[in-house]
Amino acid sequence: MSTAELAAPGTGTPPLGVRARWAISDTLTITRRNLMIWTRVPAYIAFTVIQPVLFVLMFRYVFGGAIPVHVKGGYVNFLMPGIIGQTAAFATFGTAIALAIELQKGVIDRLRSMPMARSAVLAGRLVADTGRMFITILIIVAVGYAVGFRFENGFAAAVAMVLLATLFGACMSCIAAFTGLAIKDEEAVQAFGMIWLFPLTFLSSAFVPIRTMPGWLQAFANNQPVTHVVDTMRALALGGPVEANLWKSLAWLGGILIVFAPLSVRAYRRVG
Amino acid sequence: MSGQPAILVEGVTKSFGTVQALRGIDLAVPAGTVLGLLGPNGAGKTTAVRVLTTLLRPDGGRATVNGFDVVRQPADVRRSIGLAGQSAAIQEELTGRENLEIIGRLYHLSWPDARRRAVELLDQFDLSDAADRAAKTYSGGMQRRLDLAASLVGRPTVLFLDEPTTGLDPRARIGMWGVIRNLVSTGTTLLLTTQYLDEADELADEIVVIDHGVVIAAGTAEELKNRVGGDVLEFSVPDASAVPKALAAVAEVGEGEPHVDETTGRISVPVGAGGSDALVAAVRALDAATLQVQGLTIRRPSLDDVFLAVTGHAAEENEVQPAGRARRRTGRRPGKKQQ
Ligand SMILES: Nc1ncnc2c1ncn2[C@@H]1O[C@H](COP(=O)(O)OP(=O)(O)O)[C@@H](O)[C@H]1O
Ligand SMILES: [Mg+2]
Repeated sequence: MSTAELAAPGTGTPPLGVRARWAISDTLTITRRNLMIWTRVPAYIAFTVIQPVLFVLMFRYVFGGAIPVHVKGGYVNFLMPGIIGQTAAFATFGTAIALAIELQKGVIDRLRSMPMARSAVLAGRLVADTGRMFITILIIVAVGYAVGFRFENGFAAAVAMVLLATLFGACMSCIAAFTGLAIKDEEAVQAFGMIWLFPLTFLSSAFVPIRTMPGWLQAFANNQPVTHVVDTMRALALGGPVEANLWKSLAWLGGILIVFAPLSVRAYRRVG
Repeated sequence: MSGQPAILVEGVTKSFGTVQALRGIDLAVPAGTVLGLLGPNGAGKTTAVRVLTTLLRPDGGRATVNGFDVVRQPADVRRSIGLAGQSAAIQEELTGRENLEIIGRLYHLSWPDARRRAVELLDQFDLSDAADRAAKTYSGGMQRRLDLAASLVGRPTVLFLDEPTTGLDPRARIGMWGVIRNLVSTGTTLLLTTQYLDEADELADEIVVIDHGVVIAAGTAEELKNRVGGDVLEFSVPDASAVPKALAAVAEVGEGEPHVDETTGRISVPVGAGGSDALVAAVRALDAATLQVQGLTIRRPSLDDVFLAVTGHAAEENEVQPAGRARRRTGRRPGKKQQ
């Protein structure tokens, strides 16, 4: 019985191999727990899936007619990569809010007082949220197909687009995790999420061509990560030059990871 | 394990910005005993628990649990402790069983062992019937029991319970006392925080009273109650100008000096073990002084009474609150200087 293993205090630090095995098993346990919670609360599923579906319908049928674009297949083809990028970014609300709630309720205190891997709470959160995001993206693609969207650049590029969107969301989750742990209050976290996520997604190439914006806005929109990522996704989905935007996207995402992953880990270590 | 205390705290300090939450506290809890850490809101109880459970680094001093230093050997400390914090840290969307199984897995039990341990604990805490319901459907008392069960999954030898009955109705509170008493009968060392003297009296072998991050009194419940002067007679007089006369009338009945609470105007006086005799004597004395009296009762001494006896003023909220909301309940004994 493995209780012997845990009931033997004073054994000091276990060997690296054992610790690595525990870190993986703890991360999987936390991932599983978070996905279980997600499936138990219809409101969470509704928030993550229905909201982007509404965006698809609204932009496709309400605003779409007024937005002139020059891409094959018309506005719906222009829109879908943008909506998918925005969905990935907005899914990170869930990451930040969940961490703030777990802090408030003392769940994180309990986990930090246990002999489990310290990295597992954050890692499990990011893995579960990325999985959730991936499923949401697939649903949005299906909804897109129902309203006339088509991948025009082959299967491999389509897969690459979905993977890039997921990677983008995972990196954004690192920022969100940091805001959740640093702000610690559910409502404040939510309000702050609006403040950085709305401008970042709407002042980008996600919904309208940037050339329709005033000059000063173009300067911002042309030089921020959402635009680079969405433009890459669009090129992957519809055809066109990929490389330049892909490198810019990866540079941004790498930069975000280098800054925010350590910040999140530090905030988690220091909570309280 | 003999000789060395299960929990040892020496001169621990901790500040948050300008707030000195702990200003050098000392504690020693022998293995297998229960320490009640008693203090008003904001006294530093949670901060002390968080230092001892490796969640906070102390600024100064030294603390060990089972001989392991909380700063230098946190992993060893975590292997020996269980913590149930001030709010129930359970996942409300999941069932009671799932909550415990997940904690078991995080203690690196195999799945079958984690399942077995969950069943055992659900049974021990009278939650078997609700095992497969989402924890959000549980009553407050059941959620607290599940939280306590979660803190025991790893079979800790030292347990920390931070205000385990705060927010529970009186019946659930007494139920919780029974659960905790059963637990410690198995030899677990327990540090429990509370704002209630009767709770500490009920559960603790030894009580340490803290206020503003310092220990202001320590002893058994009996010793503390003796310092108060036993049971307390309490009443009020509708006519405020008659207060001095009332104080004089009951001064002879009581075993200690009478005290007037500044905000409620209620007069209290310790009457030792006198009980109903003291009550009768008080009625006679007040009647003889032709005083009109309201709400005359005899009650068990409270944390407030201990504060009054030890510091000369009543317990007050130390929580830093926005100006205007600050609630001061400082009363003074007539003729005794405020410290
Ligand atoms: N994380 C924190 N940041 C700032 N101040 C804190 C923090 N935690 C506690 N305090 C302050 O430290 C003091 C002691 O708090 P605490 O230990 O929670 O008291 P208790 O548990 O006895 O009610 C209070 O004044 C409280 O406001
Ligand atoms: Mg507290």
